[in-house]
Amino acid sequence: MNEGIHPIASLLAAVARGITGVQVQWAGCEPDERQRIYFANHTSHLDFVVLWSALPSEIRARARPIAAKDYWEETSVRHYLAENVFKAVLVDRGTTAKSKSHDEAKFVGRSMIEDLTAALGERNSLILFPEGTRGNGEKVGEFRGGLYHLGLRRPDVELVPAYLENMNRILPKGEYLPVPMLSLLTFGKPIQVEPHENKDGFLERAREAVSSLRRIGPA
Amino acid sequence: MLTAIHDPKLMWFFGGVLCLLVILTAIGRGLKRRHNSNISRSTIDNFNAQIAAWWKMCVVFALSLALGRIGSLVLFGILSFLALREYLTLVPTRRGDHRTLFWSFFVIMPLQYCVLGLHWYIVFAIMIPVLACIFIPTSIAVAGDTAHFLERAAKIQFGLMVCGYCLSHAPALLQLKIPGFEGHDARLLLYLGIVDQTNDLLQYVWGKLIGKNKIAWRVSPDKTWEGFLGGLVSATALGTLLWWATPFTPLQSAGMSFTICILGFAGGVVMSAIKRDIGIKDFGGVIERRGGILDRIDSLCFAAPIFFHLVRFYFAPWL
Repeated sequence: MNEGIHPIASLLAAVARGITGVQVQWAGCEPDERQRIYFANHTSHLDFVVLWSALPSEIRARARPIAAKDYWEETSVRHYLAENVFKAVLVDRGTTAKSKSHDEAKFVGRSMIEDLTAALGERNSLILFPEGTRGNGEKVGEFRGGLYHLGLRRPDVELVPAYLENMNRILPKGEYLPVPMLSLLTFGKPIQVEPHENKDGFLERAREAVSSLRRIGPA
Repeated sequence: MLTAIHDPKLMWFFGGVLCLLVILTAIGRGLKRRHNSNISRSTIDNFNAQIAAWWKMCVVFALSLALGRIGSLVLFGILSFLALREYLTLVPTRRGDHRTLFWSFFVIMPLQYCVLGLHWYIVFAIMIPVLACIFIPTSIAVAGDTAHFLERAAKIQFGLMVCGYCLSHAPALLQLKIPGFEGHDARLLLYLGIVDQTNDLLQYVWGKLIGKNKIAWRVSPDKTWEGFLGGLVSATALGTLLWWATPFTPLQSAGMSFTICILGFAGGVVMSAIKRDIGIKDFGGVIERRGGILDRIDSLCFAAPIFFHLVRFYFAPWL
């Protein structure tokens, strides 16, 4: 993977920062070049760009977003943005797998984890939105299992929760014109999969770690 | 409009403000260094924060003089935009308000300043109270979400009124054609700003020094009768002493600054009530680095339109 940052990526990051006026708070950890998986709530198309642009540039060059294949391969512009500009790891999010048989779904899931582990490699970090789809911003939705499997596979990688506030009001799902409200981004304390912790227990704890970082609005 | 520089009274006025600021900054620094137990640390920090904000406002004012009429419109337009941004960030809206909000930020607000620049006085006067008042509920209704309908329309309308309409009356002072005062309008703007901000600061200082009996304690624990009256009397006195820079007689100047002080207080109380309602202490508290504009200009927002209309009515009646 090319280490440099694509100029369009830098441009988009600057625009997103301008629109959202994002204020970053590292509440539970400091920016660090070590390998991490940043996972956050998802309400807007701007989420990834804002989170990514909030990372210091050394870290940014090696932080790759995980994006849904079905959505980002739909048009050539989206594909170019995902593949070339942000060097996204495109995964099958399983909406298509649902219609398949149980075994097939399991197979897709396993190959996704393989892909993600390969994408992490020895140096990269990942940005993941475990809800799998954009929510309405009122409540953090249920997490999908990928985070758990990745955490099991790579216990050396820190799992850093993050909460993006107000993004759903800036550019909600289905809108294409942003409203320039201010957003807040809070990074929390890293978590990891505890020994003997089951999948649902961990995912609920991870979800709680994200939603507890909320600063305005209903708690 | 660099003619402002050739206005000796304005330069004296502005120079005086800068000297005062240097003195206040020195006092603030001194207090911070020799911290004595009668005044709490947070009071001093608050005082210093207000002085720092004054410096910024002076820079804005100097820039608006240097850039001329259009420049000052652009500057105040940006200020309105940022204030509205801050307000709407913290006041809850719903998904169905999205397009209305887009219009508010990118059409209504810029139009308000455009018509001001074009001297379309009637349109300027009705843009937000009439046109936006009709447009906003219509646009929310068309979007289809009827939950809390009235509340949402009111929230957006109020934000536009305070941050856009009211505030735009400050640069509108520069367009009044007062007989015998042509080309000196910048002094009126400075006068409004100084009296208003001094009142804010002195209310706070008096309140901290001798404040005991609280006004509206549910709304703002910092506001006391002693602070209110102390600020009112001293800022009115200052305003009266500044009559030479205005078209007013000393008595008229006293009346004007008295009005500005009362309205400044009203603005502060109303904004505090909104902050309590949404459960925050300052607008700047949650959104630290970019926040706080509204905390500083709340009093100006209430004082500007009334001051503008008083001056217009009594001194420039044909506008």
